Amino acid sequence: MNGVHDLGGMHGMGPIAPEPNEPVFHERWEARAYALNVAAGACRKWNIDTGRHSRERIPPAEYLHMSYYEKWLAGLVMLLEESGLVTRAELESSRPAPGTAKAVPALAADQVAPMIARGRSFMRPVNRPPHFALGQHVRARKINPTGHTRLPRYARGNVGVIDRLHGGHVFPDSNAHFRGENPQHLYSVRFSARELWGSTAAARDAVYLDLWEDYLEPA
Amino acid sequence: MDHDHQEVPSDPALRVMALESLLVEKGLVDPAALDALIDTYEHKVGPRNGARVVARAWVDPEYKKRLLSDPTAAIAELGYTGGQGAHMVVVENTTERHNLVVCTLCSCYPWPVLGLPPVWYKSAPYRSRAVIDPRGVLREFGLEIGEDVEIRVWDSTSEMRYLVLPERPAATEHLTEEQLAELVTRDAMIGTGKVSFAGDPA
Repeated sequence: MNGVHDLGGMHGMGPIAPEPNEPVFHERWEARAYALNVAAGACRKWNIDTGRHSRERIPPAEYLHMSYYEKWLAGLVMLLEESGLVTRAELESSRPAPGTAKAVPALAADQVAPMIARGRSFMRPVNRPPHFALGQHVRARKINPTGHTRLPRYARGNVGVIDRLHGGHVFPDSNAHFRGENPQHLYSVRFSARELWGSTAAARDAVYLDLWEDYLEPA
Repeated sequence: MDHDHQEVPSDPALRVMALESLLVEKGLVDPAALDALIDTYEHKVGPRNGARVVARAWVDPEYKKRLLSDPTAAIAELGYTGGQGAHMVVVENTTERHNLVVCTLCSCYPWPVLGLPPVWYKSAPYRSRAVIDPRGVLREFGLEIGEDVEIRVWDSTSEMRYLVLPERPAATEHLTEEQLAELVTRDAMIGTGKVSFAGDPA
């Protein structure tokens, strides 16, 4: 979707404000909001792409106004309700509906360390050869999907060069909407800064994006 | 004493507390698991991990080769694996090239080697400008990059995660791997900093 989360190339967002000796979490509720997202995610009712898309659906004015973990909290509430894990009435009362059976948490404390160490692979076998070859010129397709996509607007319509082949990866555009993993070849594509931003950009500079086969066409 | 009498709490701290109590009561989350998750990223996993990877690459040319050709496995050799780091790419800074990592669409960041990202990395100013004005961004971090140096910006649009291998500062030949790791900053591994060495204490 052409949402406000797709920030690359926008102006007027203000100065970058690095904070010396920044703590991992500024307040305890940020830590709890972070951990609730991970622990509830272990119920496997949604995936990483669904999670990203929930935050993209926060209304634009609120998205820009909210702090990072406020967005995580808003996204989590959406996911909990949409997945049916929690009802609107329960969210409003902060109490389980009368008579609901108590579940067993998907993530126990002793499973945290192994889960983090294990991680999750997003690579999948793809039973067809890559459509594009190293060094080939490709154009990022001019598409405007209304759902989740990882093709930023600033790249669309521009020509780049295939720089690396990353193998077969889960396709976020379908996975986010529970329409299957649809694995396909993923490429690192080099776009010159001048191709993206015009003649005032530095001649040697470049931006690299990881783009799935469905985002690309021969140039 | 709090004199706020709203029925639905608007303060995120209160909302998170209410949500946690609901999810615990429903048996969906275990509060001890939340504590363990928080403890991991507050005390165990952070940029010191990445610094050890960088220092090893500086002192061991064979390791550096593996780190650039098979980064996920080379990083796992030091014990750093897992979530948000299952597919690593390491990009090397040289006198001719400077690398900068961003996620314009959200906040993708290599957790096993750098921990959770700082606020500026996931905020609109950095995400919007890193791709269109990397030299201006770097100037804001105090780095002036010469026109003859190529800047490569890596926008983390997939599950590939990027770590910058910074240049080893001059006059550090006598330092041990541990001392070198002490010099490596988080920003140098994102590309918004360089590693410097002020010299030995007098």
